[in-house]
Amino acid sequence: MTTSTQNRRIVIEPVTRVEGHGKVTILLDEERKVQQARLHIVEFRGFERFIQGRPFWEVPVLVQRLCGICPVSHHLAAAKAMDRIVGGAELTPTAHKMRLLMHHGQFLQSHALHFFHLCSPDLLFGFDADVEVRNVLGVAANFPDLARQGIRLRQYGQEIIQATAGKKIHGTGAVPGGVNKNLSIVERDTFLASIDQIVEWGQGALKLARDYTLENLEMLAPFGSWETSHLSLVRPDGAYDIYDGGLRARNPQGETIFDHGDNQRYHEFFTEEVRSWSYMKFPFIKSLGREKGWYRVGPLARVNNCDYFDTPLAEAARREFMGLTDGVPNQVTMAYHWARMIELVHSAETIRKLLHDDDLQGEDLMVKGEGVRETVGIIEAPRGTLFHHYRINADDQVEMANLIVSTTSNNEAMNRAVEKVARDHLSEVPELTEGLLNHVEVAIRAYDPCLSCATHAMGQMPLHVELFDHEGELVDRRIKE
Amino acid sequence: MAKILLLCYGNPGRLDDGLGPALGVLLEEGAPPGVQVEINYQLTVEDAGAVADSQAVVFVDAAVQGPEPFSFARVGERDGANFSSHSVEPGQLLYLGRTLFGAATAGFALAIRGYQFGAFGEVLSEGARRNLEAARVFIQPLLNGGLEAAAPKHGVLS
Repeated sequence: MTTSTQNRRIVIEPVTRVEGHGKVTILLDEERKVQQARLHIVEFRGFERFIQGRPFWEVPVLVQRLCGICPVSHHLAAAKAMDRIVGGAELTPTAHKMRLLMHHGQFLQSHALHFFHLCSPDLLFGFDADVEVRNVLGVAANFPDLARQGIRLRQYGQEIIQATAGKKIHGTGAVPGGVNKNLSIVERDTFLASIDQIVEWGQGALKLARDYTLENLEMLAPFGSWETSHLSLVRPDGAYDIYDGGLRARNPQGETIFDHGDNQRYHEFFTEEVRSWSYMKFPFIKSLGREKGWYRVGPLARVNNCDYFDTPLAEAARREFMGLTDGVPNQVTMAYHWARMIELVHSAETIRKLLHDDDLQGEDLMVKGEGVRETVGIIEAPRGTLFHHYRINADDQVEMANLIVSTTSNNEAMNRAVEKVARDHLSEVPELTEGLLNHVEVAIRAYDPCLSCATHAMGQMPLHVELFDHEGELVDRRIKE
Repeated sequence: MAKILLLCYGNPGRLDDGLGPALGVLLEEGAPPGVQVEINYQLTVEDAGAVADSQAVVFVDAAVQGPEPFSFARVGERDGANFSSHSVEPGQLLYLGRTLFGAATAGFALAIRGYQFGAFGEVLSEGARRNLEAARVFIQPLLNGGLEAAAPKHGVLS
């Protein structure tokens, strides 16, 4: 690291323990105060063009190539969109529940990966603890029970995905109009044997996230936090839903901006802005305009937005969570972790409920009918609302594709979080240590961003921080693989 | 407990990077009892659970460089701090298997030499196909025993 007595720009590159390749630049003035901080997404965006011309029935399998981390989300969003192409929007009970099981398996494994392996080192050891310890292997050495549970929870989720999608990654289970397999009795009984343990471990993780948040609330409340609107799907009765439902947006006071928005008309609610310094777009709510229309998605938004969970443990946790802010949306960025663990418990509870449902062994897997040529599939991915929009030509090929992924929706929020944390923690410090710079990464990590998805990138993805002086000269650079 | 776990990984959509999965597909059908074949895009941390549940694990991957047609070697534990969900190393999985689950899994790496990686395509190059077949002929009989003895004969995986 080099230093300068004049204005400096810091670059964190790559940002570590996130999915993808990003870069943070921080500009310091002559008095070492932070003037500007930005999260740059430097991957090339190209997937929407790549799939043009491909047959529509290939898309649910093809779009999973966007990401090795959340392929199930893209698989299901595309399948849901393509259901309408074949006139199969109303799935059979077996197909619908198999997709739900797959989706909750994805939530379980994704949330377990993020909490136990990517973010827990910050929570357990402290933001500025020795980097040699502050990692998943440090967790394994010092908190072996927790590490074991994280591995087994993720393994369970991955096995659910394998059983429903055919493979752990890039499966083929969901097809336009339904699914291509049901759950066998043997598979069901295997999962039933350990689901109670999974729920119990989930409750343990929830307690850890809750206790950490409450015990450190004074420090966490302002950490990268802003007053924002929130967006998510909700069921017609207002219940939490990650597979279906309409769009609900609420402002920071909890007042409705729109509710039960028609998925097929999403473009009437949102538009996207391009900025020269990032490949990731900046979506915003049209009715609020560019300055006020930005919003957050993901676990915090979903828990803030829904009226209730339909499983008892998650609902009790939601009530406690919302009680902290007297029912208005919680704006604490670091509370994403608590909300994420409420969702993990809900997914475990839902999997248990589904495993007892005989519809999973049904034989009626497909529906077909009168189709359409333009279609939108929206689901809640682990990181937030995921939009897939396609137009199909007369030869059944993809003519147009537009994908708005959850990390893109959180782009403005992550940038503001980076700037706030940089201003609050990096201004006027005598030395910019790795631990201090990690504070910036902690704020990004709360959102569990998937930068690969956000840019529809191809290739390898490391995160990078650069420090520039007021004349634009690079004086410091940190790269983390 | 699986006697031998074959963890075959790589991206079949990136030409010869699909060598690991391709071998997995060849071996999956007709694998002897006690042999479990797992095919994935990359190693992930939860693989430590499956590794710990096995007596021996063979990590099967494509090699960008190194011996032709393949190399086969023992893998030791590695407790390095570098970790991301996109990249977990075989040695780290062995380390996690031992420290978290008390396993003493023997680790082996079968690195099949590939030649074309820089583009999209679900097809192996001609050279990679030859090396794949050589690797299959080599590893298949060892699934009934003999991994340990065979390891030093084919060089060391870097």
